[in-house]
Amino acid sequence: MSDYNFAYLDEQTKQMIRRAILKGLAIPGYQVPFASREMPMPYGWGTGGVQVSAATLTPDDTMKVIDQGADDTTNAVSIRKFFEKTAGVATTEATAEASVIQTRHRIPEETLREDQILVYQVPIPEPLRFLEPSEVETRKMHSLEEYGLMHVKLYEDIARHGAIATAYAYPVKVEGRYVMDPSPIPKFDNPKLEMAAIQLFGAGREQRIYAVPPYTQVVSLDFEDFPFEASKADHPCDLCGAEDSYLDEVIMDDAGTRMFVCSDTDYCAGRRAAGHVGAQGVSTQEEDAA
Amino acid sequence: MTPLLKVQGIEKRYGARIGCRDVSFDLYPGEVMGIVGESGSGKSTLLNCLAGILTPDTGEVLFEMRDGAVKDTVTMSEPERRMLSRTDWAFVHQHARDGLRMNVSAGGNVGERLMAVGARHYGHIRDEAIDWLGRVEINESRVDDRPTAFSGGMQQRLQIARNLVTGPRLVFMDEPTGGLDVSVQARLLDLLRGLVREMGLSAIIVTHDLAVVRLLADRLMVMKDGHVVESGLTDQVLDDPQHAYTQLLVSSVLQV
Amino acid sequence: MIEISNLSKTFTLHNQGSVVIPVMQGAELSVARGQCVALTGASGAGKSTLMRMIYGNYLAASGHILVDGVDVTKAEPREILELRRHTLGYVSQFLRVVPRVPTLDVVAEPLLAVGVETEAARDRARDLLTRLRIPERLWSLSPTSFSGGEQQRVNIARGFAHDYPAMLLDEPTASLDAANRETVLSLIEEAKARGAAIVGIFHDEAARDRVCDREIDVSVYTPKAA
Repeated sequence: MSDYNFAYLDEQTKQMIRRAILKGLAIPGYQVPFASREMPMPYGWGTGGVQVSAATLTPDDTMKVIDQGADDTTNAVSIRKFFEKTAGVATTEATAEASVIQTRHRIPEETLREDQILVYQVPIPEPLRFLEPSEVETRKMHSLEEYGLMHVKLYEDIARHGAIATAYAYPVKVEGRYVMDPSPIPKFDNPKLEMAAIQLFGAGREQRIYAVPPYTQVVSLDFEDFPFEASKADHPCDLCGAEDSYLDEVIMDDAGTRMFVCSDTDYCAGRRAAGHVGAQGVSTQEEDAA
Repeated sequence: MTPLLKVQGIEKRYGARIGCRDVSFDLYPGEVMGIVGESGSGKSTLLNCLAGILTPDTGEVLFEMRDGAVKDTVTMSEPERRMLSRTDWAFVHQHARDGLRMNVSAGGNVGERLMAVGARHYGHIRDEAIDWLGRVEINESRVDDRPTAFSGGMQQRLQIARNLVTGPRLVFMDEPTGGLDVSVQARLLDLLRGLVREMGLSAIIVTHDLAVVRLLADRLMVMKDGHVVESGLTDQVLDDPQHAYTQLLVSSVLQV
Repeated sequence: MIEISNLSKTFTLHNQGSVVIPVMQGAELSVARGQCVALTGASGAGKSTLMRMIYGNYLAASGHILVDGVDVTKAEPREILELRRHTLGYVSQFLRVVPRVPTLDVVAEPLLAVGVETEAARDRARDLLTRLRIPERLWSLSPTSFSGGEQQRVNIARGFAHDYPAMLLDEPTASLDAANRETVLSLIEEAKARGAAIVGIFHDEAARDRVCDREIDVSVYTPKAA
């Protein structure tokens, strides 16, 4: 163990955050204010998610951290290290093995289970902020369920682009009551918001926590004549050949050669280990042989 | 016929200072009432009390709802009052930017009230918005432009379209022609007059411009120091003013 | 149709030493359907003041003015407006309209106000404008830019658009040429024939003799200087 209290935060702070989490779970989609602490990382690096994770972790947990689906980016690596050091918990890159998953901008491809918790890092928790800058007014709009403005945003999208161009942070209505920003996940992930695992959202700079309990109804907003569509690049993964996963587009050279690969690195690796090979991929069995 | 709005004993104080005091009147369906007075006479305070923006210290503002029930808008719940202000009421501000969303297209501005009451069909919302832009003489080609690209007169007409799209029954206007060129004012007044008649609107218009009330208002209330000093038929009050202040007001207008 | 009893009027000039000027006292007038009564008297005798009081434009100090049973001196603004819309027409000497509205619509407006269909109202307006010799090319323009005589004729067309049961005419033939004067006089005769009660001010004596049944000298009611 280190000299830090378990998971860095002091017990009173964790208690305070747990209360906010419980309140959030009790009122799905409602933004609960909490006294966000200074964390040893800058705002925008996931201070909200880290505080929620810290208040959620127990010594027996196994933690996974992903950033845009990947386990190996700077942000994911440093947050994983942070909890290895301050909480001494086991960490993993395998979605199925994790009990707590902190994520930035993605939901893992693999279906999550009831014994798992997904913690989102949220930059701007207020879905109405785009059109109504006043926090007083947006809170009132939430409390009175005045959500016409949310459709104004979608209307503007269609008017300008001919379709709802909002591709991430696509607004949803939770359990028929609160309109919620699902954090900047691609709208491809929106249907997955109805899941078995507990989903917790933490916004450090904005000092808000909200939650979606297991099996909660989450509906993406749309128009009758412009229904919601969970879109992705129309391409299979070039490494593992998956056709059902969200893809990152990678530019390979100055000539503009592109490659589409799974954004969920664990999912892609798992498929390749099972022998799936994409157009530009090499099976891991061959790699091992080489 | 029963009044659409029954105002009784409205008083609003700002500490020791009187905003407006002892204001009572009835407004019948289809009636347009003007409130004139100099700056600080309490006319805007009164308008804001009537429109639910300010809460009066005493008095009742009884509004006849669509179902015929009469409700005091001062004591009704906030959700109910906000619902009224999105449906049955409209508020046209002096400065269009107070009444418009400047970062939303003209179509979105008009459509907002429709979406607020549950419209969820993009095509229908857009058609309705374009129809209303036409009624306020804004070309269909401007439907996707933001109000920041509009002239002052167009912004004001857009604000009117945005307010009237849900077919309100009562319109509050605060200096609707203030700050506009005279030629633009005339066009706006003509438009308002036409809409008021076509839609059978009741309206309360606050202004300091006597020419505006002569053209738009059936009735007139003259305010000074928070009190109503005179009221009556618009042309009667302007042509045969009884109170000293009204006489001064009328005689102070420069003749063209 | 129009019954006036014991009517008086004073003006109080608050901003000029609160001078009280009595201008009319004990005025009596009764006009039946189909009758036209001329108000006479020297300039300043109170002819226009009396007309304006009947129209509800000036407040009476005391007395009663019944128009079709409505007491104008006591009526609520909306009752007077209702009266003006349906019952009581007024052709003043000056045209007062919103700039920019086409002449045709200016004339049709009183009909639209009582619920006549737009096209029917415009037909009637076209008919009147033709009779009053306003060239058709001007109909789509606002009368604010017209000459004084043209404005006066537009004003008359507007005043006669709706068949008011009671009418007030302030110098309807002033500044008109012979042909148009003839048209206006026939309009008045037609109005009488359909039963309108008319009160008018005519400086044109020939016109007065032709259309008026009686004359009332309002200077009788002018308070004598004390």
